[in-house]
Amino acid sequence: MMFDLDFSIIPANKELLWEGMKMTFLLTGLAIGGGIILGTFLALLRIAKVPVLQHVASAYVNFFRSLPLILVIFWLFFLVPLIVGRPVGAFSSVLVAFILFEAAYYSEIIRAGINSVRPGQLAAARAIGLTYGQAMRSVVLPQAFRAMTPILLTQAIILFQDTSLVYVVGLRDFLVSAEIVANRDQKLVEMFLFVAVVYFTFCFLASMGVRYLQRKIAT
Amino acid sequence: MNYNWDWGVLFRDPYLGWIISGLGWTLVISLLAWVIAFSLGSVLGIFRSSSSPVLRAIGTIYVEIFRNIPLLVQLFLWYFVFPELLPDDWSRWVKRDMPAPAMTTAIVAIGLYTASRVCEQVRSGIDAVGFDQRQAGRAIGLTEVQVYRYILLPNAYRIIIPPLTSEFLTIFKQSSLALTIGVVELTAMTRQIEEYTFQGFEAFTAATVVYSLVTFTVMAVMRQVDKRTALPGTFSKGAA
Repeated sequence: MMFDLDFSIIPANKELLWEGMKMTFLLTGLAIGGGIILGTFLALLRIAKVPVLQHVASAYVNFFRSLPLILVIFWLFFLVPLIVGRPVGAFSSVLVAFILFEAAYYSEIIRAGINSVRPGQLAAARAIGLTYGQAMRSVVLPQAFRAMTPILLTQAIILFQDTSLVYVVGLRDFLVSAEIVANRDQKLVEMFLFVAVVYFTFCFLASMGVRYLQRKIAT
Repeated sequence: MNYNWDWGVLFRDPYLGWIISGLGWTLVISLLAWVIAFSLGSVLGIFRSSSSPVLRAIGTIYVEIFRNIPLLVQLFLWYFVFPELLPDDWSRWVKRDMPAPAMTTAIVAIGLYTASRVCEQVRSGIDAVGFDQRQAGRAIGLTEVQVYRYILLPNAYRIIIPPLTSEFLTIFKQSSLALTIGVVELTAMTRQIEEYTFQGFEAFTAATVVYSLVTFTVMAVMRQVDKRTALPGTFSKGAA
């Protein structure tokens, strides 16, 4: 079996596979953007001096971190059309699921980043007359994001891998496109090996980049 | 929102039984995969911190391969591709005669994947014990194996209880991926209840509550374990 692999199936289906890859990238990009925005908001709530807000934010984070991503995808796949009141595509509900889920993880990273900025910075910014909001936006957050860039990028690599789970609702990302080709042409071995090599190449190169960046920031 | 609530569905036959059996399979997958992840991950972690360049390279290559391919893809590789690459007799055994093929594959795939993460935790634990301890051990005449056995590992494991707890909880959540190759664990069971009864809200709530309860219970128990076993003079913050 091992010696009659036929990889010509890959160039023959490159448009379909490329469409899938674009979907994977689109979903990853939007989920990172949305996850960081909602995550920052949650992190700010958690460090706010208002106990109620702190509890709400930390309950949100602990709740989502205790659930499997697949369950969250199923939940939103079921809920979003119900809330909107009409059928929506798998893409919108999956995107909402990823943003809500990833925000919990991003908020932990961002909170640690904010805590790594020395408290004197906030005090100094307030002393020269900035409001709390201004001090956060122009003094604390820029420094925090710089410090946590490598971890945010590592989380982005994990998210890129996690998007493969849209398989459970059949959204045509890279993996699902490859699986469609694999089943149609009975080439499971070739296609899944190809998928693994592609994911590995992207993630390995990206993680090397993150390590390089980490050394650069450290020095 | 137009929805007919019926929480009773969760307690009716056969759905209550489905939830319980789903949880059972989820726990079986998680615990067995954890056995693989913990033992293999420990060996690899020791490799990566050892003084032998060959062992270190083996550990590094393993971690890079298993960490950079999505778990779902790895699951498909083990389930669809791996049997095809074996000699015919073995291939037949894996596909047909092996007990519970999908379940076994899921346990092995999730275990091997998580081993790469456990490896990194063990290695960082050993690093945290410190280079001085290692040298001190060698200076009083212990062999490298003895240094690991009596000094580095007992201290390292006590330091990494919180991150290992997180890794176990990650396995617990990731066992849901087994549904993609047809294992009917907790998430799959509740999905099935949704499809049979159209009571998605109730079904997914049941799964959510069960996953959260198990997670919070494990965290509470491990926080106590961590407190009891804390190394004197170190901070112990409990499971993350």
